[in-house]
Amino acid sequence: MLDYLVSIALTAGIYAIFALGLNLQWGYAGLLNFGHVAFMAMGAYVTVLLSMNGVPLLLAVLAGMILAGAAGAFLGMATLRLREDYLAIVTIGFSEILRFVLLNWSTLTRGSFGLFGYPRPFQDLVGIRDYNLFLAGLVLAVLLLVYILLETLARSPWGRVLKSIRDDEAVAISLGKNAFSYKVQALALGSAIAALSGSLLAFYLQYINPNNFQPIETFYAWIIVIMGGSGNNRGTILGALILWGFFSTTRFMEGYLSFSPTASSGARMVLIGLILIGLMMFRPQGLLGRKEELSIGR
Amino acid sequence: MADEVLSAISICKGFGGILALDHCSIRVKEGAIVGLIGPNGAGKSTLFDVISGFLTPDGGSIVFSGREILGLPAYKIARLGLVRTFQIPRSLMRMTVLENMMLGAQGQAGERLCNPLIRRHKVMAQETEIREKAEEILEFFDLQRMRDEYAGSLSGGQKKMLEMARALMADPRLLLLDEPFAGVNPALADRLIEQIRILKEKGLSIIIIEHAIPYVLALSDELYVLNKGAVLASGRPDAVISDRRVFEAYLGEGA
Repeated sequence: MLDYLVSIALTAGIYAIFALGLNLQWGYAGLLNFGHVAFMAMGAYVTVLLSMNGVPLLLAVLAGMILAGAAGAFLGMATLRLREDYLAIVTIGFSEILRFVLLNWSTLTRGSFGLFGYPRPFQDLVGIRDYNLFLAGLVLAVLLLVYILLETLARSPWGRVLKSIRDDEAVAISLGKNAFSYKVQALALGSAIAALSGSLLAFYLQYINPNNFQPIETFYAWIIVIMGGSGNNRGTILGALILWGFFSTTRFMEGYLSFSPTASSGARMVLIGLILIGLMMFRPQGLLGRKEELSIGR
Repeated sequence: MADEVLSAISICKGFGGILALDHCSIRVKEGAIVGLIGPNGAGKSTLFDVISGFLTPDGGSIVFSGREILGLPAYKIARLGLVRTFQIPRSLMRMTVLENMMLGAQGQAGERLCNPLIRRHKVMAQETEIREKAEEILEFFDLQRMRDEYAGSLSGGQKKMLEMARALMADPRLLLLDEPFAGVNPALADRLIEQIRILKEKGLSIIIIEHAIPYVLALSDELYVLNKGAVLASGRPDAVISDRRVFEAYLGEGA
């Protein structure tokens, strides 16, 4: 039972961090990032590859975050002067290109064989038996830090400018705010946070492979953000908990049903889809979102 | 001229085959209120868009406070003290009235990404100052009761007031008001006239686009009439308004 709770805490915690990055971009700045998984993959691969070559883990994690942040900023600078949907197309394209590069650059990444046997934080100190429990604690501590960081920013004048851009960019500009720069900042910061979640995911899985970073991962983050309520950090964390709680309890029940594994994973996605549709019909603002924010009409 | 806060000279702007502005020129003296009228489609709002940097003109020159601003991005023009409002009120619907107001303040240290984290005290102190100023201005516009409401829940007239109040948070030197009286009920409009006069006494220069001629006449030191993208007449309001050409522009020739 403890193992079960620890595994939920790990996946939900990691995906909560991942989705908090997206919530900053979509919930606060209104940016359509459909390639969020790319930045998670960058975090995982940069951390693993550097640490395998002797770079201290903390530096390796930071390097992944910086690289992902720079990539996010670059994509933003290339597309944000265009209409908002261009960012969506370019980011989804970027995430697939990155996955294929990881699959095919086998001298560096060992392609679809994946990477394993890489260092994990404090693995010698903690020992393998309690490692997941320790890692769950680490993930929750990182989640708390990221949450505090994002809440502080959301309540600051910086967050106010982001929200104004989401609501009406022309107003922000007319009041002297450099909307373009803020959007690039939000993209970079959100991408760096995704990279951090990628490093943690690599520590948890002990084995990474380009196919861990399929586009569906991006849409898990979207489900989490929408379910919890866009623009609400606490809602995002709750959304992650519900999504992974749902995935693991349904996996639990597989034993009682005579579904094949592929059929049951398909059935899970169908169920999640139905839940989302139901939520949009009866609680479109998400679980913790504010109704007033939606009903305010133009 | 030294006492001109703005001179936009010979502005041209075409959209496809249509010349929205055709060598249009307008000058604003320091501390003056300039009225801008003309039939629908005359180019008034386009002129605002060009002056505030939201549109790039095809030709001309715009000097604000002795500095050429043509080609500057809109947000930089706003920072120089040239602030515009919009014809259709653009409130930030999902932010409260107070948040809308506080956004308008310039030079906020907390708007830089790192400052809310590493210079908390400075940011908090500035927030307190800005909040006080916002509440003062809200009081001036009789909106203080609404301060914690979402801006999206205000009435049309209140949105107009909020938009003007928010622009004032930026301490502008020149304010461009696009139809400030549209949707404002007559009782409120009288109050708005008083408020605009007070702003003028404080030294603010204002250009007002407005269809309600009596309000424009009550406020303007100088009146410009635009028609088909060009200045049809300009000068003292009472002289301009009795100009036969102006009459014809509104009602058609031979009227």
